[in-house]
Amino acid sequence: MKPARAYTIFIHVAAVLMGVVILGPFLWLFISSISPAKELISVPFHWFPSHPTISRFKDIFLQSANGENVSANFRVSMVNSFIVATGTTFISILVGSLGAYAFARLKFRFRRTMLFGFLSVYMLPPIVLVIPLYLIIANMGLLDTKLGLIITYCSLITPFTLWTMSNYFRTLPADLEEAARVDGCTRLGAFFRIVIPLSKPGLFASALFAFLLAWDEFLFALIFTSTTNSKTIPVAIAEFAGKYSSDYGLVCAGGVLAALPPVILALIFQKNIVGGLTAGSVKG
Amino acid sequence: MIEEKRNVLERFKSSGRFRGEGILAFALILPSLLVVGWIILYPILRTFWMSFFDIESPLPGSYPFVGLHNYFAAFKSSDFRMVTEHSLYFTFVSTFFELTLGILIALLLNSPLKFRGFWRSIVVIPWALPTIVNGALWKWIYNGNYGVLNELLHVFHLGGQGHNWLGSPFEALNMVIIADIWKNTSLVVFFILAGLQTIPSDLYEAARVDGSTPVKSFWNITIPLLVPSIMVVVILRTIDAFKVFDIIYIMTKGGPASGTQTISFYTYQQTFSNEYFGYGSALAYLIVIFTLVIAWFYIKLLRQGTLEGVS
Repeated sequence: MKPARAYTIFIHVAAVLMGVVILGPFLWLFISSISPAKELISVPFHWFPSHPTISRFKDIFLQSANGENVSANFRVSMVNSFIVATGTTFISILVGSLGAYAFARLKFRFRRTMLFGFLSVYMLPPIVLVIPLYLIIANMGLLDTKLGLIITYCSLITPFTLWTMSNYFRTLPADLEEAARVDGCTRLGAFFRIVIPLSKPGLFASALFAFLLAWDEFLFALIFTSTTNSKTIPVAIAEFAGKYSSDYGLVCAGGVLAALPPVILALIFQKNIVGGLTAGSVKG
Repeated sequence: MIEEKRNVLERFKSSGRFRGEGILAFALILPSLLVVGWIILYPILRTFWMSFFDIESPLPGSYPFVGLHNYFAAFKSSDFRMVTEHSLYFTFVSTFFELTLGILIALLLNSPLKFRGFWRSIVVIPWALPTIVNGALWKWIYNGNYGVLNELLHVFHLGGQGHNWLGSPFEALNMVIIADIWKNTSLVVFFILAGLQTIPSDLYEAARVDGSTPVKSFWNITIPLLVPSIMVVVILRTIDAFKVFDIIYIMTKGGPASGTQTISFYTYQQTFSNEYFGYGSALAYLIVIFTLVIAWFYIKLLRQGTLEGVS
C-alpha cells in the first residue's frame, strides 16, 4: 500500500525540522570557532563572519606549550585525553571480556548476584566514590597523573564492558565451542580460538563505548588533575570557559576539536554503537 | 553421523569436564574483581564510615564521631531541601521530555522516510558530543549580549533583546534542562528504535484488517510492546539525570542564587569547596538512597504497566 501523500510530506517536514534543531547548535559551534573575536562581540550581529579565520586552530596545533598558553594547553589536554581514553579502553576490554565470558557461559554460584553487583557500580553516583578515591589517589602519589586517571576509569568502565560483552557472547551459538571441545580444545582454548575471533563486532562496539565514556568523563578528572601534566580536554575547556574575559571563539574551537573524535567514531560506527548499546534491552 | 556427534556431545556435557566450572569462572572474573573491587568497594564502605564523623579536612587524623548527626543536619538544612527539589524537578522534567521527544523521533525514523540512513546519523551527533562541550555551547547560545538565541528571537520579532537566559534562578534551571534534553534525547531514540524494530509488521496489518486506525494501533500495539524498552531507558535516564553534575558546572556553577544547584553539585561544593568531608559523605549516601528509591518506584510502576499490556 502506498502511503498517503499528506503523510509523506508531513514526515519529511518533521525530519527537516529535526535536522535543523539538531544541526543548528552544532553549526553555531563551528561558525563561532572561525569568527574573529571582534566579530563575535560586535553589533550588528554576524550570522557568518565576514573574515573567517582558522587562526585559533593553528594556535592550538602549533604554539609551544609553556603552561600559560591556553591554545597550546588545549593540544596537550587532547593528547592527555587520548592517552587516558586509549589506556582505559585497552585494559577494560581485556579484563572485562574474560569476566564476561564466565558470566555468559559458565555455571557457578552467585552468578546473578555478582553480575548485578558489577552492574550496580554503573548506577552509583560518582560523587559517592570520589571523596575517598581522592584520598586514596593522593596517598598513592597519583594525583595529577594520567596513571591515576586510567586506574580510576578502568574501575568505572570495566563493569560496562563486562555487561556489554557478556550480552554479546550470549548471542553466539554455544555449539561451536562445544564442538571444538569435543575435538580436544580446552575451555580457554575454545575461548581464544573460537569465541574471540567471532566476537570482533562486539569487542569493537564495547571498545568504542569505553573510549567515549573515558573521553567524556569530567568529575574525576576535575578533582584529580591540576596541571597540564594530566588535565583532560573537558577540564581544560571548562576551566577556560569559566573565566570572564575568555574569547568564546577559542572555547568553541577547543569544543570542535574535542567533539570531532567521538562524533566521527559515532558516525562511522553508528550501527555497531546503537546495536551494542541496546543489546539485551529489547528482549524484555 | 550428526546424531552420533550429538550423543557424544550430550555425554560430554554430563561428564566431569563440565563440572568444576566454578574455579575457572572465578579465575576469569578475578581480574575484573581486582580492577573494580578495590577502587569501588573500599570507597563505598569508606564513604559510609566517613558519613558518621565530623571530618572537616582532607588530611588524615582523628575526627569526632557524631553518629547520624550529618544525616540529621542534611534533613534540617533548607539548602538541602532546595537542592533536592531542583534535582527532582530536573530529573522528572528532563526525563519526561526526553522520553516524549524520543518516542516521536523514533517513530519518525521508523517511518518510510527518504534518506533514512542520513536522518538516523544526524540523531547520533548530540549523543556523541562531550557533555562539557555541549554545556559550553549552550552557555554561548544563551549569552545575553552576543548569544544567537536572542538574535534568532529578534529576527522573528519575538523580543529577546539583551535577555540573559541564565540570569534568573528558575529560568536558568529550565534552560539547562533544555540543553540536557537536546543532548540526551538521542539515547532514548536508540532504545525506542531498537524496540520498534522488534514489533512484527503483520500485527499492524492484522489490526488494520480489523478496522483499527493508525492512532488506535499506536496505543494498542506500539506502546504496550514498547514498554520493556521504555522501562530500560527511563531508568537509565532517571539515574543519570539525578546525578547531573557536569552540565551544571560548566553552564551555571549552581547559580544564579543557587537556582540550578542540584544535589550532586551541592555535595561537590560542600565537600571540595568547604571541605566538609563528613557531611559530604552523608549527602552522597542520601543520593544513593534516593536513586534506589526512584529506580524501585519506576520498576514497580512499569511492571504493572507491562502486565496490563499483556492482558
